[in-house]
Amino acid sequence: MNAALDTGVLPDWSPYGVVAGSAALAAALLLAAGAFSVALLLVATVFVAAIVTYTWSRRVEGPRRAKDRLVTLTIVAAFGLALIPLLSLVFEVAKRGIPGLSLEFLTESARGQIGGGGAAHALVGTLVITGVAALISIPIGLMAAIYLTEYGGGRLGRALTFFVDVMTGIPSIVAGLFAYALFALIFGPGIRLGVMGSVALSVLMIPIVIRTSEEVLKIVPNHLREASYALGTPKWRTITKVVLPTAFAGLITGMMIAVARIIGETAPLLVTTGVVDSINSNPFSGRMQNLAVYAYSEYRTPGVFKQASYDRAWAAALTLIVIVMVLNLVARLIYRRYRTEIR
Amino acid sequence: MGAAGATRAETEVDKTEMSNAATTGTQPAPESVRAAQGRPAKTLEARGVNLFYGDFHAVEDVTMTVAPNKVTALIGSSGCGKTTFLRSLNRMHELNASARVEGEISLDGQDIYGPKVDPVQVRRLVGMVFQSPNPFPTMSIYDNVAAGLNLNAGRVKKSEKDAIVERSLRGAHLWNEVKDRLDKPGSSLSGGQQQRLCIARAIAVEPEVLLMDEPCSALDPVATLAIEDLIGELKSKFTIAIVTHNMQQASRASDITAFFNLEETGKPGRLVEIGPTEKIFTSPSQQATEDYVSGRFG
Repeated sequence: MNAALDTGVLPDWSPYGVVAGSAALAAALLLAAGAFSVALLLVATVFVAAIVTYTWSRRVEGPRRAKDRLVTLTIVAAFGLALIPLLSLVFEVAKRGIPGLSLEFLTESARGQIGGGGAAHALVGTLVITGVAALISIPIGLMAAIYLTEYGGGRLGRALTFFVDVMTGIPSIVAGLFAYALFALIFGPGIRLGVMGSVALSVLMIPIVIRTSEEVLKIVPNHLREASYALGTPKWRTITKVVLPTAFAGLITGMMIAVARIIGETAPLLVTTGVVDSINSNPFSGRMQNLAVYAYSEYRTPGVFKQASYDRAWAAALTLIVIVMVLNLVARLIYRRYRTEIR
Repeated sequence: MGAAGATRAETEVDKTEMSNAATTGTQPAPESVRAAQGRPAKTLEARGVNLFYGDFHAVEDVTMTVAPNKVTALIGSSGCGKTTFLRSLNRMHELNASARVEGEISLDGQDIYGPKVDPVQVRRLVGMVFQSPNPFPTMSIYDNVAAGLNLNAGRVKKSEKDAIVERSLRGAHLWNEVKDRLDKPGSSLSGGQQQRLCIARAIAVEPEVLLMDEPCSALDPVATLAIEDLIGELKSKFTIAIVTHNMQQASRASDITAFFNLEETGKPGRLVEIGPTEKIFTSPSQQATEDYVSGRFG
């Protein structure tokens, strides 16, 4: 037998066994110390498991494997830690939102209702405002990204990149105030329109679209462009017929993610689209409600039946989360369906 | 386009004779002979060409002729500027942001770097096949071959397009392998088939000159042989320049060989010698050429 190659290996169950044992040990220690809590138990378990895994593995398998196991454990623990807020958020919103969800909530507005009604006006508003924002942002963002990857290398390109970076960091309320000021200049103060909200959201969305599209277009290999040029194809046709189709799946995904990112914005819409109780699907006329502002105002100024208002606020939040999840799922499906193998 | 296609279809039959006829002289054949060949291919001439990437002088003072209906091989060690020179012949060199061209390159006497010349038009006349097969991943086999027709503005009738696709695929010896799956993606083919697809794509737009940049470097010996045979046939219709690292390939597939070399790293590459392939490989006039082709260095 070759001693150099033949080292011991921990049994397959060892990671789970160690964690379970550590949890029991940590629970016992905490109970003995009289300071038991779930958070402390988790922290203590990870610490005990780390020590046990490392010493056990080092004795049986040697230092390299021991380090590997230690790092694996740390990474899994970090992953779990990152997952806790996400899961607890989704769980909490679902728990509190489901009681408020009903057919009435999704199909009726709050017009003339006292302490009741639905959020259909907010749902319609969210879809219209976000849709118009996407209509404004996607062409501008996509064309800017095409300019940056295919044409811009000079001063204008660098300036554009710089301002896109700055725009990514703009607080959303500033975007809202910008749109408000812009429309107030033209139509006078006190103006509230759905399209104002769309403009505000566009300010937030355009840099995201540019960034994601630029990354996707950069991945399209240069040899495809050259192959097209070598056939005597003009540049614009190369872009529309070769570069964009090759990047199609990635571009769609990027846009869906940009939409998902802005659909839940509250602050800029609060100052631009106003608060209203009835359904309005025309972005160019009158105030427009949306889900995020609806949730905010239901919670801030509940009606006579406080609990019903709170329920509706949570239901609106849940609806928003579901919309975002659906958008992400659609993006993934499109990506799977249309992605091209790029080498 | 229709007329040219027709004449070419007629000459399909006797192309072996034609390629024999084409090997006889460096000078452009008299009009009658060229008519007999069916297709008067064009001559590319470079005079005093210097190529730069920014401040880096990549190729120095190249003067050579790429003769019509012949295969001209460009050989030499890596980094000596063969590919750069080849790319300057259809104005692909300038796609590099910092690239610069000095000197004169003409296609049948017309300066392709003239101030009024559209590089897009030059590339329609001087096609290119690249080192690694690069079919368009979003397109089917059919659309890949028709890409040049689809991508260039003019509308082509479906029946005409079908004919061109079939002729190009036959010309690239790929028709029999793919005729039943023209709607499958081009990337579903093997490496050698993909390279022949790229050749079909290049010849579908009926260029005058075909530039090939190490077209076999990513292929196995069998696929390489298929491409070499194909090159031998294509020269009856096209003027061909091919960059290769494979000395056997140069000696097998080319009529004229140009040897590029650079004296030391950092210096520009130069054309050392150009002549009939047989002469370059048996009795070159330069010591460096002899060292290279006999495998003493490089």
